[in-house]
Amino acid sequence: MKKYAILFLALFMPLLIITLMAQKGFEDEQPAEEKELKLVNYIPKAKRADKEVVDHSKFEILQEDFENAHKVTEACLSCHTERHTEIMETSHWKWERDEVLEGKGVISLGKKNILNNFCIGVSGSEATCSRCHIGYGWADKSFDFTEKLNIDCLICHDNTGTYEKAKGAAGYPKESVNLNYVATNVGSPERENCGVCHFWGGGGNNVKHGDLDKAMLDCSREIDVHMTTDGENMSCIECHVTENHNITGKVFALSSENKNRVTCEQCHTDKPHGDNILDDHLCRVACQTCHIPYYAKANPTKMYWDWSTAGKLDEEGNAMHQPDADGNHKYMSIKGHFVWDDNVVPEYFWFNGIANHQLIEDKIESVPLQMNSLDGSYKDKGYCKKSINPSKIWPVKVHRGKQIYDPVNNTLIQPKLWDKEKGEGAYWVDFDWDLAAQKGMDYLDLPYSGEYDFVETEMYWPLNHQVAPKEQSLKCIDCHTKEGGRLASLGDFYLPGRDQKAGVEIFGILLILGSILGVGIHAFYRAIAGKKYKNDNYLNN
Amino acid sequence: MKKVYLYKGYERFWHWSQSVIVFILLITGFEIHSSYVLIGYQNAVGIHNITAWVFLVLTIFTMFWHITSGEWRQYLPTTVNLKAQIQFYLSGIFKNAPHPAGKTLLSKLNPLQRIVYGGLTVLVFPVMFLTGFMYYFFHFPMEGVELASLETIAVLHTLGAFCIVAFVIVHLYLMTTGRTITSNFQAMVTGWEEIDEEETKAIETEMAESAKALIKTSNGKNKLKQPRKRKQERVKEESFQD
Repeated sequence: MKKYAILFLALFMPLLIITLMAQKGFEDEQPAEEKELKLVNYIPKAKRADKEVVDHSKFEILQEDFENAHKVTEACLSCHTERHTEIMETSHWKWERDEVLEGKGVISLGKKNILNNFCIGVSGSEATCSRCHIGYGWADKSFDFTEKLNIDCLICHDNTGTYEKAKGAAGYPKESVNLNYVATNVGSPERENCGVCHFWGGGGNNVKHGDLDKAMLDCSREIDVHMTTDGENMSCIECHVTENHNITGKVFALSSENKNRVTCEQCHTDKPHGDNILDDHLCRVACQTCHIPYYAKANPTKMYWDWSTAGKLDEEGNAMHQPDADGNHKYMSIKGHFVWDDNVVPEYFWFNGIANHQLIEDKIESVPLQMNSLDGSYKDKGYCKKSINPSKIWPVKVHRGKQIYDPVNNTLIQPKLWDKEKGEGAYWVDFDWDLAAQKGMDYLDLPYSGEYDFVETEMYWPLNHQVAPKEQSLKCIDCHTKEGGRLASLGDFYLPGRDQKAGVEIFGILLILGSILGVGIHAFYRAIAGKKYKNDNYLNN
Repeated sequence: MKKVYLYKGYERFWHWSQSVIVFILLITGFEIHSSYVLIGYQNAVGIHNITAWVFLVLTIFTMFWHITSGEWRQYLPTTVNLKAQIQFYLSGIFKNAPHPAGKTLLSKLNPLQRIVYGGLTVLVFPVMFLTGFMYYFFHFPMEGVELASLETIAVLHTLGAFCIVAFVIVHLYLMTTGRTITSNFQAMVTGWEEIDEEETKAIETEMAESAKALIKTSNGKNKLKQPRKRKQERVKEESFQD
């Protein structure tokens, strides 16, 4: 038996070593649930010391029936002096900020002037759009952005859940709001404060982002591991760390530069997996790509908006609302046709943190027109090549639609959409595209040829929220597969498991088949010849 | 006939552990290549990478063994008997003709084996190691040595893998072409093989001649040393002579 010892040793030793090494690797990976998650810059809520907070109800200056909302701001600023200077620097206040756009230079850009393919733009309709502005009285161009008493502190700091801005009231609160009650119950922004605008942007819940949904006020782990009320129950500002009223984070529907961003790495580090191969993916794959496998998980999001069919009225001449089978608006006279979807698989693009935008003055150069474009490619290796930002594969919601443009000037049109009453040319009350276009472009002092048509557009929304539990994150095979993988459309690089060179495959298969065939034929002849020359065995000579 | 201790302990250990390693690498490697789904992509990648490191360690030990024992000379290509060996596989084998290149301690590989194993050793395996580790480290931001794309190394690595599959098929078959169906296999298991003395002598003479020729052509600069036999082996050899 001793002579077989080496055989057994040789056969089992590699197996044993490989198994042991593999086992160790798997052990490191698995117990993340039992073991503590590796985190930096974040203290889990359970471990935080209770902090006594200021009780605003004890301040005398807040014990009054405020005549109007401006008076509340005055009271706030009497103690929190100079905070208005911070606020007035923010894009939440200005709805614009200086950004460098490739090929366009420094442009002050933001909700104030950028066009999208949802409600197009705020110009001319400020009185209703500014319901989401942190100010009072922005009804038109005459709004004073330097008046500190125009700041609305309560929309972000109300902790009662009773503060609400009125529709079409230029950002003023509803008459029914008890300003004294709200002012005496203020604190750090909660999810509700951010959500009222960021969940409801675009005129309905989850319309725009697809990953920001009212469901995240109280959701399960499956919807969002960070915000789930069954778990860490994080508020927005836990990640969107804020100093001096500068809230970090930006959405590339409006932003262009790679700065002031919130990243997963700020808490999870750039080596979160305990596995080299997975960690190495972070060089070229955003965390979001694997960890946000689907978006709009609780409620549907708008995927398509066709303005060109708007304007059909019922027999009495009234605007219509037609819901689809799921109860979402399928058609609205004021807005046209919509397509909604839930549990949507993102589209994937290379993205280096730099976006560009179709400005209202820009000519339309290609159709579908990209309202915003995400820069990046496989070849753009960023810090691998000493520049700052490598392109990473990023999951994106692409919102497609058709919207009004000027076929003569070949530019987009900002129509006037909203007004309190008929006759002012607002499309949503007068249903006259030509008039709305004229009014809207006049408001911006831009030319309108008098002709309009509708152009196909696309808008890109990189996904960041609704991070799935880790057991639901993408598996290797979701991308590293020959057909139908998530990255099937990203063709500018070689992806192991997805890409095979036809020539190599054919050569390989022929080589293997040839070997088998050759060996088979040889063995067959040997078998036949063996019988024939049986007696000629030289061993027996 | 005499029994010769042809494959030493380490040699056999190396052969069989390498066979296990190569099988694991092939099975997991082609799963990573999406040729089939077997143990899961992540498992395949994990095991492939671990096995590659184990293979590297084994290979370093084996290189050391070959250098120190002088056995590396077994892989020097030779044309002696090359034609005869090819003719043997193409016709002689069917007629139960004797192996033209009998095995000796000095030359345990026939000329075809020398070329193929030597080719594997100096060409295919190094290419596989090189491309494999480039594959492994490619995604790191390594200034200067960064590649434009994985494609070239992936293609080379795949081509190498196909060659190894073909080698394994032929190798497994040729295992049966020894003196008896299992004699080659048994030799690799136990180390001992029966060798025809007359053949051995003839071969040794030829080998000596070709060695002389080699020394002559290299102008005496790189004199080939005959591998030294260990005392133990010599004793064993003698004691097993018929």
